[in-house]
Amino acid sequence: MNEVFKLLAEGERLNDRQMAEILGLSVEEVEAQLAALKEKELLLGWIPVLNPEKDDSLAVRAAIEVKITPERDGGFNRLAQRISRFDEVESCYLMSGGYDLLVVVKGASLHKVASFVSERLSTIEGVLSTATHFMLRAYKEQGYLIEQPAEDKARLDVTP
Amino acid sequence: MSEDQNRFIADHVIGLPRSGIRDFFELVAGMKDVISLGIGEPDFTTPWHIREAAIYALEKGRTFYTSNLGLIELRREISSYVGRNFGLEYNPQNEVLVTVGVSEAMDIALRAVLNPGDKVLYQDPCFVSYHPTVMLAHGVGVAIKTDAESAFTLRAEEVKKSWEPGCKVLMINLPCNPTGGVAERKELEEIAKFAVEKDMLVISDEIYAEMTYEGEHVSIGTFPGMRERTIFLHGFSKGWAMTGWRLGYACAPVALTEAMMKVHQYSMMCASIIAQDAGIEALRNGDEAVKKMRQAYQRRRDLVVRRFNEIGIACHKPSATFYAFPNITSTGLDSVTFAKRLLEEESVAMVPGTAFGKYGEGFVRCSFATSYDQLVEACNRIERFVNSCK
Ligand SMILES: Cc1ncc(COP(=O)(O)O)c(C=O)c1O
Repeated sequence: MNEVFKLLAEGERLNDRQMAEILGLSVEEVEAQLAALKEKELLLGWIPVLNPEKDDSLAVRAAIEVKITPERDGGFNRLAQRISRFDEVESCYLMSGGYDLLVVVKGASLHKVASFVSERLSTIEGVLSTATHFMLRAYKEQGYLIEQPAEDKARLDVTP
Repeated sequence: MSEDQNRFIADHVIGLPRSGIRDFFELVAGMKDVISLGIGEPDFTTPWHIREAAIYALEKGRTFYTSNLGLIELRREISSYVGRNFGLEYNPQNEVLVTVGVSEAMDIALRAVLNPGDKVLYQDPCFVSYHPTVMLAHGVGVAIKTDAESAFTLRAEEVKKSWEPGCKVLMINLPCNPTGGVAERKELEEIAKFAVEKDMLVISDEIYAEMTYEGEHVSIGTFPGMRERTIFLHGFSKGWAMTGWRLGYACAPVALTEAMMKVHQYSMMCASIIAQDAGIEALRNGDEAVKKMRQAYQRRRDLVVRRFNEIGIACHKPSATFYAFPNITSTGLDSVTFAKRLLEEESVAMVPGTAFGKYGEGFVRCSFATSYDQLVEACNRIERFVNSCK
């Protein structure tokens, strides 16, 4: 694990120059370490974490339980990969328990999500059933708390 | 009739010095947009699972006094934690006493053992309360010098040099606030031998042990002949980011615990039950959170120490604590002038080394328990200030 990775894992938003200042590296070295992380696919990329309560493009999100038929070669992989490729699919996981895949789908309206599920997802050969749960409200998104009272950090300026 | 109420005040309280921290706090309090590197506590709020345990305690109606020694469940957790991490065995029934912070533990330990005029050896520079707490217990403080040449480690030779007849107690703080100093195993062993030879009691404040980045933390109580003469002090303020909860503890052989208990029982009665419930959770499930905070401090340390040395204020790399203690004599200023001018000219607060004892002259304490962007900006401002002194 390189230094840049450890710093990123702390979760503060820092640009390359700031990381270089903190770690005592040159900006080029920081860039090289970032490139190495991407090369190894440890770091997949960057996207902003948007507040689902405010971002209209995320007007509707649903968690969908999908049951599929495993295949002789590769088990669930081929179907899971195929489902993952749709733009509407935000994330897709193989699960233990009562169903096989948990698929998080986003769309501009209830109608759009519903038609994605009924026309695209459930018609795929090998998909046995789907159960769609619409998300009503977000309290925490990717580690960020939403609309909760800010912490009142009342540290004094100088203490022993 | 005289209006001077000082006539009511005890001589030894009149004689207490004002804390240098407090003077400095008052200077900073009136200013805006100050970046403070003067804060002797974590910048993290207490981990949520610990706070949650306290909320649960309140919901369940746990609002009563506890046993004077503290909740037995907490004492059991303390005993097991201290055994696991410090190699010291204490019986939770009668050798562990829960206190209102290490501050209270230190106070009752000294009050339990000092007769008026007894001398207490203590390292200098040290935590601001040490000498005054000795004075309040009618003791006499005798400073042991630590210096930058040996990275503010506590050395046996200096302990021996400072010793004088009448020294009953040796009070040490390793790792040390404000210097980040520790002691090498060899030195500590030698100090332990000396304590046995001179029949001194040792009060060992190990409140920063969890913030050890390199090397092993060694407890003086583990050396031969030491258990019977050691009072081990520890608390939740630093490692678990729980300063405001006011929770600490003292561990010592039965007779010493019993003596401290008497003072505690008649002055404090017990620590807050809500804090004690939170402390149980901290010791049971807090290791991960403590580790994460330690890693964050370590990277901040590397940043400030590197920058200070580049700037030209020589700074040893502390192997523990969240304090750096750079030498500012290259600027030609004394500690107080440096700190005051840095505050006035660049709005960065650091505490003058002299607030922590006479051997702190020539140094300032930088607490790096603050965010990266603040640290980077503070270092840039310090650089500008140091250059302007040339
Ligand atoms: C060395 C040392 N001992 C004791 C204390 C007091 O800690 P507590 O909050 O447990 O009273 C501090 C706090 O700054 C400290 O630095």
